[in-house]
Amino acid sequence: MTQVLKITDLHKRFGDLEVLKGIDLTMQKGDVVSLIGSSGSGKTTVLRCINLLEDFERGTVEIAGEAIGYRHDGRKRRRLPERQIARQRAMTGMTFQQFNLFPHMTALGNVMLGLLKTQKKPKEEARSIAESWLERVGMASRKDHYPGQLSGGQQQRVAIARAIAMNPQLMLFDEVTSALDPELVTEVLAVVRDLAADGMTMLIVTHEMRFARDVSSRVVFMHEGRIHEEGPPDELFGAPKTERLQGFLARSEF
Amino acid sequence: MNFTLFFADLWTARMNLLNGLGQTVLISVGSVFLGTLLGVAVGLALTYGHWLLRFVVRIYTDFLRGTPVFVLILACFYILSVVGIDLSAFEAGVLALTLFCSSHVGEIVRGALSAISKGQTEAAKSIGLTFRQSFVYVLMPQALRQILPTWVNTATEIVKASTLLSIIGVVEFLLATQQVISRTYLSLEFYLFAGVVYFLVNFAIEQAGRFVERRIAIPN
Repeated sequence: MTQVLKITDLHKRFGDLEVLKGIDLTMQKGDVVSLIGSSGSGKTTVLRCINLLEDFERGTVEIAGEAIGYRHDGRKRRRLPERQIARQRAMTGMTFQQFNLFPHMTALGNVMLGLLKTQKKPKEEARSIAESWLERVGMASRKDHYPGQLSGGQQQRVAIARAIAMNPQLMLFDEVTSALDPELVTEVLAVVRDLAADGMTMLIVTHEMRFARDVSSRVVFMHEGRIHEEGPPDELFGAPKTERLQGFLARSEF
Repeated sequence: MNFTLFFADLWTARMNLLNGLGQTVLISVGSVFLGTLLGVAVGLALTYGHWLLRFVVRIYTDFLRGTPVFVLILACFYILSVVGIDLSAFEAGVLALTLFCSSHVGEIVRGALSAISKGQTEAAKSIGLTFRQSFVYVLMPQALRQILPTWVNTATEIVKASTLLSIIGVVEFLLATQQVISRTYLSLEFYLFAGVVYFLVNFAIEQAGRFVERRIAIPN
């Protein structure tokens, strides 16, 4: 087993508010881990720290054995130069609640941008990689459409293709269905499920409990900036140990 | 109105008027070009600058935007010569309009960049783009589309403001027209003519702007 992610003692604060109070999490290649918990529990912040969209004050995040974001000179901790950070960000693929597709580019253009500019691939190669991923998420016929011409579910599928086309070690899904109309949720979850079945290593923040139960190899319940309980989905959903998780599950929709 | 006389005089004065129009175009194009270059720098400083830089640039734009263009032109012409910088009337005028234009463009650029959602930058970062790359490929193309209509408007403002250079003796189209009037006494006819010409110039600029706008519009 290869270790893909190792988070040790991760701390993060926004001003006076400590949102992560020491997170430890490891993932092996092929793991699908869902982060669940009420809003404000810090799930999304964990993803954003892994993708270096947030600074963090303490702890380390390693991806494929490489410590990301910071380097230690003796006792001093320094943020890595921007070029390094950019390279490390591309080790993980991130999808967002609000899709964040680039509105001035077609679906194909969105997927190709990182391949061309970050990975410096020749145009034809970038195009064929992008096309095959768009095909995979069922968007091949709409590759020349602009985001404004696509439904929310279609946009999110393109966003997934954009992230995964970069061939990341780890995919991060941040509430991919939260901004979608109910009838569009299924098509996006089907894509995520398909990638999971294919052996992609994925860390998923979600409010879709049934989906988390189906797709995950492990579920992590977060509460107030800490990991409160974790384990295989059947255990966690079937026999929650802590009162907090029992309460949370009782309040969640299935 | 005496049209026969007017057309005869118009024909006689055609070279003077064309030279004047040429000056107006030169002043406007020069000021808009230089003002836009400077203005983009101003906009970037206001958006991404260190707080001290932002503070200084903010004073610069607010000061320029709060001052009548007329006063700016007089200041560039008279005050600079007092401190030993000798500019011709033409140069002083173009300088004033350039500064004026840069403050407006700076504000437009800042507004357009800050209107782009933070998610765009984050998505660009997440696929490994550096700040420079995300600016060039993601932010600027969106900002430019946003900026274009207001920028075209600023360009027409500059064309109108260029008439003020007549006060410091630059023979642009308005002053050229006035010189013709002082010879022919056909003030009503020639002022009307000047008005129509300015309208046509600005109308052409606006139409060109709309055309480009349509060409680069994002389909949705």
